[in-house]
Amino acid sequence: MTSPVFARRIVGVETEYGITAVAGEGGSSLTPDEIARYLFRPIVDRYASSNIFTRNGSRLYLDVGSHPEIATAECDSLTQLLNHEQAGDVVVDELARRAEEALAADRIDGRVYLFKNNVDSVGNSYGCHENYLVSRHLPLRNLGKQLLPFMITRQLICGAGMVGRATGGYQPGFVISQRADQVWEGISSATTRARPIINTRDEPHGDSQRFRRMHVIVGDSNMSETTFALKVGATLLVLEMVEAGVALPDFEMHNPIGHIRDIARDMTGGTLLDLKAGGTVTALEVQEATLAAATQWLEERPDEGTPTAELRRVVDLWTRQLEAIRTQDFSRVDREIDWVIKLNLLNRYRERLGEDWGHPKLAQIDLTYHDIRPGRGLFPLLESKGLVDRWTTDEAIHAARDTAPETTRARLRGQFIARAEELGVPVTTDWVNLKVNEPEPRVVELLDPFVPVDARVDELLAYLEESAAARG
Amino acid sequence: MTGPQSQISAGGGSDNSGDDAFEAGQAQLNTTGTDDLLDEIDGLLETNAAEFVRSYVQKGGQ
Repeated sequence: MTSPVFARRIVGVETEYGITAVAGEGGSSLTPDEIARYLFRPIVDRYASSNIFTRNGSRLYLDVGSHPEIATAECDSLTQLLNHEQAGDVVVDELARRAEEALAADRIDGRVYLFKNNVDSVGNSYGCHENYLVSRHLPLRNLGKQLLPFMITRQLICGAGMVGRATGGYQPGFVISQRADQVWEGISSATTRARPIINTRDEPHGDSQRFRRMHVIVGDSNMSETTFALKVGATLLVLEMVEAGVALPDFEMHNPIGHIRDIARDMTGGTLLDLKAGGTVTALEVQEATLAAATQWLEERPDEGTPTAELRRVVDLWTRQLEAIRTQDFSRVDREIDWVIKLNLLNRYRERLGEDWGHPKLAQIDLTYHDIRPGRGLFPLLESKGLVDRWTTDEAIHAARDTAPETTRARLRGQFIARAEELGVPVTTDWVNLKVNEPEPRVVELLDPFVPVDARVDELLAYLEESAAARG
Repeated sequence: MTGPQSQISAGGGSDNSGDDAFEAGQAQLNTTGTDDLLDEIDGLLETNAAEFVRSYVQKGGQ
């Protein structure tokens, strides 16, 4: 059987936030464990758990390493996903503000920072993972072969940028991607230790006969809405082309991961990549060839899922960014691409300070670019001053804070959780199951993430009312 | 993306002829007005940069 093309595709993003509490002159006042406990206290008080699903269908939890994490609900179009990803920032920022109040009540000096970035000051890393549902019929090997050249060069268009420390023979200086130094394999089923670019651990959160959940680990967290849209939008287009059997150029490499750190340190895109078939290609050429195919594909793709008009915006930005790299004139993208925005800011500071890349002020600017707090974080400041472009609106983000995506399974989960909270009835949910706990446990299993309506859930909602009545 | 653009850079809105006016109307991070921006940012940053950076250590995630 040939693989279907998912122009309408289920996608989600998981964001791990870095966390710290700063006291007095700027040192940290609590360990990440301690401040994370303050952060999750209202959640634990209410749900007796630090791992919950919220009424907008997303998952909020305390991850390995004391990172607050938001996994967005299942989305089936790009701007919808962006709205839900941004809503996650709003949710954790609200928790941070409550944690500051709780700290003050306990007479602890602490300003709580949540950084949407990927590396701390000594090189520990935490991720921003993208999930793309792909057909079970698509052979993993083909997927990897066609996807890896795109993935190792994708940082050129959507890296978050970073002041890199001296490491592994590299000089200190600006690097395009935060995660490039953190991934060590191409495709594998491990996550924490080996950190592959694409993880294939098989939790489809759905019918495993039909679906595979492709888990992309190599991406940076983006502050810029437009960069996020380019990151996910370009990847959606490439996946569609792979599924549709579009003939992409053969850029298979012996050792793709061996090039990723060099690519991160060359903003001309000139890094030479060794091809398995012999010869070389530059990182920029891989992106340019992929973009050319994607531009063509726009004329053919079924106009469903993410509207083709929306993907034209993606391709427009993709085109301008590659032209900017080709010409080294970044003025046409310096309001839209994270690493370019950050580099401009850092360069202004370097001029003012007259210092090299090792100056702590530059590292501080790098970090606080990712502080999500409005009125304090640097990216939010640039946004509020109109110095960077937006892709969506505050209204759409705030709507996504309390409302699940209407077009996917998440709608059912959102309805269920919202009603259970209104009624005060204990329920248990995960990505697939909705369960009313009492008087008799009753579960509905939702194996198709594409389906937003289900008569069984209507019955379960009726049972919720019964459960509430029984509780008096 | 089509929202109002800030007009803080020099020359913005002085005329409306063609692309140049459009470009000039866009606030630019890397041109005029940035010194004010840097001053404003300095006012937001924790005062001890070295301590702020040094103490930001996580346990690592996935």
